[in-house]
Formats: sequence, C-alpha cells, structure tokens
Amino acid sequence: MNIIVCIKQVPETTEVRINPETNTLIREGVKSIINPFDMYALEEGLRLKEKFGGKVTVITMGPPQAEQALREAISMGTDEAILISDRAFAGSDTWATGYILSSAIKKLGIYDLILCGKQASDGDTAQVGPGISAHLDIPQVTYVKKIEEVKDNSLRVERMMEEGFEVIQTPLPAVLTVVKEINEPRLPSLRGMMRAKQAKIMVWGQKELNLDPQRIGLCGSPTQVIKIFTPAQRTAGQILRGEISEMVTELVGLLKDEVY
Amino acid sequence: MDYLLTDEQKMVRELAHKIAEEKIRPVASQYDQTEEYPWGIIKIIADAGLFGLFIPEEYGGMGMNVFSLCLATEELSQACGGIAVCYAASALGTFPIVLFGNEEQKKKYLPDLASGKKIAAFGVTEPEAGSDASGIKTTAKKQGDYYILNGLKHFITNGGDAHIYVVIVMTDKTKGARGASAFIVEKDTPGFTFGKKEDKLGIRASSTRELIFTDCKIPKENLLSKEGTGFIVTMKTFDISRPGVAAQALGIAQGALDLAVKYAKERQQFGKSISSFQGIQWMLADMATEVEAARALVYSCAKEIDAGARDVAKDSAMAKMYASDVAMKVTTDAIQIFGGYGYMKDYPIEKYMRDAKITQIYEGTNQIQRNIIALKLIKEMAK
Repeated sequence: MNIIVCIKQVPETTEVRINPETNTLIREGVKSIINPFDMYALEEGLRLKEKFGGKVTVITMGPPQAEQALREAISMGTDEAILISDRAFAGSDTWATGYILSSAIKKLGIYDLILCGKQASDGDTAQVGPGISAHLDIPQVTYVKKIEEVKDNSLRVERMMEEGFEVIQTPLPAVLTVVKEINEPRLPSLRGMMRAKQAKIMVWGQKELNLDPQRIGLCGSPTQVIKIFTPAQRTAGQILRGEISEMVTELVGLLKDEVY
Repeated sequence: MDYLLTDEQKMVRELAHKIAEEKIRPVASQYDQTEEYPWGIIKIIADAGLFGLFIPEEYGGMGMNVFSLCLATEELSQACGGIAVCYAASALGTFPIVLFGNEEQKKKYLPDLASGKKIAAFGVTEPEAGSDASGIKTTAKKQGDYYILNGLKHFITNGGDAHIYVVIVMTDKTKGARGASAFIVEKDTPGFTFGKKEDKLGIRASSTRELIFTDCKIPKENLLSKEGTGFIVTMKTFDISRPGVAAQALGIAQGALDLAVKYAKERQQFGKSISSFQGIQWMLADMATEVEAARALVYSCAKEIDAGARDVAKDSAMAKMYASDVAMKVTTDAIQIFGGYGYMKDYPIEKYMRDAKITQIYEGTNQIQRNIIALKLIKEMAK
C-alpha cells in the first residue's frame, strides 16, 4: 500500500498571536511542531504499512524550516519526505494549498491512500484535506475514527459524527482526514532519529511542480481575510416557564425587544 | 552546564526526556500507589530502542556506552525513580553477559535484551549476604552436563518480572570468594520460583522479589566465564553499573529541584511569591549547585569507563555515594519548600524523597562505597 501523509508545521502554543495589520499568524519566537491532528494521520499510515506492507511518504508545504517537521516524521518511521517550498507559495489559502499539494501528489505518481489530520491547530479550517481530494478528483472521507477493513481496491471506515458514527465504504485511492480517536501516535525511536538526522529531504518548488502561477500564492487564493477577532463570550441562556401559551407570548416579546 | 554532548547523546537525552514527560509523569503516581509493574511503559522504552543503548550493534544494540545509559536513566528518573529502576535494573542484569558472555551466550540472549522483548535482573544479595557478599549460601553442584542450583536470593529488582537472570552462587564453598560463579537462569526453568513481592517505601513501580532455587537444573552452557569468577563478574559489573544508580539518584534530585523551583514561584505568602524570599532562594541555590556537582561527577565517571579506564572502583563509588546523598538531601529540602503540602500525597514531591532513599542503600550501601574509596586512597598512598 502506497500511503501519502500530508502534514503541516504549526506553532506549539495554543495561544496563537495575530498580527493585527496583516491578519496573519505571528510565528516568530514560537516553537514549531507537527500539527497534532497530523500525528494521528502519520501513525495510521505507519500502522497500515506495518500491517499490509508498502511505503509511507510524508509531504508538507511550508517555509524551509518546515523540514524539521519532516525529519520528525522520519524519526517515527516514514520512508520518504518531501518539502514543498517556494517563495511563490506565500499567502496561499486553503484552495491554492490544495492545488499545490495535489500537484505534488500527482508528481509522486503511485498512491493508494492519502491521509491528513482533520484540521490544523492554527488555521482550524479543515479544508485542505477535502481540497486535495477535489483537485485530484478522488473520493474523500472526513473525520475518520477507525479503519475497519482494507481490501485491494477499497476501504471501510467509521466516520465520526456528533452523535454516533457512519460506516462508509470507499474505493481507493481516496483521501481520509482523521480524528484523534483513531489511534495513539508513537514516539520516535533512537534509530529513527539517527536516520532522520542524515536523511536527504527533497524540495519541490513551483518549477519542479510545473504550477500555473495564477493559481498559487496570494493571487491564486480566493479567500480574503477581512478581519480576525475573538468572539464575544456567550452569556447564559434564559429558560421560560409556565403554560405554553404564556411562554410563546413571552418569547415573541423577548425576540421583538432584544433581537430586533 | 554544557557537557558538550555529541549529537547521538543529545538524541538519547531528548528521546528519554520525551518518554519521561509524555508517558511516565502522567502515570507515576498511579504506579506508585498500585505497585503494578509498568509493562506499558517498558514497551514504550523498548520501542524507542533505549534497552539496547550499551549493547554492541552485532547483537542488535545501539553500540553506545555507559554514558548514554546514564543520560537515559537520569531523564527517566526525573519523572519516576521507580519506573526508571525497572529499566536500569535490566541493564544491570545485562552487563555481565556483555562483559563476560561467550559468543553463544551473547548471540542467544543479547538481541532480545537489546530490543526490550525480554528484560533482565541481577541476583547477588541473600538474606545473610548483603554488603558482605562472601556470605552467599546458594549453591550450584555440577552433575554431568548440568548444574543443580539450590538456595535463595532476596531483594532482587525485577525479580519475578524479568525473563533473564544472572545469579551469583557458590560452586565450591571451600574456596570462599574464589568459589563463587555466575550463571544465566531463564524464567520458567523448573525448580526456579519467586517469593512474594516486597512492599517498599519507594520505587514502588519496580518489583522486588526473592528468587528461590529448588533443585533447579540448568545446562552447563549457562555458566558465565569460568567457575570461581563469580566475584570478579560481580565487582566488574558493579563498577560499571554504579554510575547508573548515580544517574538515577541524579535524575530524582533534578526532578525534585525542578518541582521545588516551580512551586516556589507559584506559592504566594505575605502577598508575594515565596521564591522572592532569600531563605528559599539560598536553599534552591544550594540544591542546584549540589545537583550540578553530582552531575559532573557522574558524567566524568561514565566517560572514564567508556574510555576504557581499568580501575574505576573508587570513582564509581564516589559518583554513586555522592549523587545518592545529594538526592536524599535535595528531595528532603524540596519537601521543606513545599511546606505542609509537600508532606501530602496529593502533591508529587514526597514520592521523590521515598524514591531517593534506596539509592543510598542498594548496589552497595554508601558506607560500603566509603570503604571502597578509603581503601583505594590508602592503597594509592602506599605505592
């Protein structure tokens, strides 16, 4: 089974600071880690490889220092790692990122399964995984909490819902985004860390991927961040009591007064 | 202080630190209470490759050395002295095979010990042979291609849980110390059973049991080195394992110091943090200095062993004795800084003091260490 795991390097702190002028994340001075949700994707990829054989390739798009995240992935046991990095990619939104990552996956050629974390802990969009599947025109299953069965050309998975779960059968290749319930990620091994230190990390940019300059970076990104703010805290609700007719009258009154 | 570690040594430390913080610290108190053997953590340490640190690469190890083992033990001990000793005691049981095993014995036992699939234990102590190892009463009698073992070892760390045991027994009582021999005994050998698990003050995640030999028949191939070398095996093993106990003590001390500094910063009295009081500051300064001095001694001794120094008995005794005395003092002072809360089991600090105490006792009491140091001093002067 050829598995590609897409990871993202994110700031470790949960208190992400935002530059109010550019509305982008301030990354300076914050330790970087692999997005915690992507660790579950990595672990699942490694487990599938251990069970069914094959290869796990990890890719990430980011600045040159994202190479560190790839080395960490190698120390856990992934076979190959590719850094997708180019100044021209700066400012890419989830749509452009999906385009760039899917182009890298196409360049890799053979793949049965693409695994992503359900979302990144910094941007929280949960759009890149589905975006990759759209660009590759292959099926996607989001919020996977268990891979039940693996067959030659299909997978049966459990997809987490707010109440209960769905069982979905999908042909391969497919994109899965996984939730933390799926496994417990392993720690690196000493041998893995030694291998990671010496591993050669390939870097692919716009040229290597032969990308349309109109579809990458800021100009390839339809999303415009207008404003970022902390939502006001929800205040306690109000429970109406009494006869139904009284409550309805009261509710209508409240809605008229308070909302409009 | 920067000890100019190599990249490999930094990796060992980083990995052991990660295991300690992410996997051990959250469960340390639970294992302390239940006294359950921490198999889950042992597997994590094994998967990380830390059991094979000092085992040569040709037998599946990492081909590193005593210093790396000390770094790993120190880091693990910062989170739990009990879980760390399960790891370190396996190294103690593995050393004699690395040092004295023949090719067949190394091939047979080391790969599984390196991968952590099996763990080891070392059995010397008996009810009447503690500090005075010449009082060993367990015997091995040769009978054709076998030896028949009879007797009792007690206070054996990993006893009952380990798969591979190296035990020191008498093959010829008439020769005294020269009549002792070392044997490898596998768990599940008929005639080899275990006593009850000891209920201990500290290091409660680790298991301590008696090893009971009743007409236990083991193949003669399990004799380590030659008959009569049991005490040499023991002494040489302890010489290189003592820095490990010292590293365990060092880790416990460092762990307690870190908790004390953190608590001193958080705890408010008289309207300010108690870390702003000179009385607390001086205690912390003394604790930190002693921990660092212990570290310098432990690291130097481990590096000396790795460089092939021939006679390390005095230096490893100094490292073990000093680091464990520091651990006892620092953990006691750490409780003092925590005040009344420190005395309560709801806080993690009292466990450090309980775990520290044993490091002054086992692998040669600190009084025996002082004997070793003093005798060497006097011998050196006589030269």
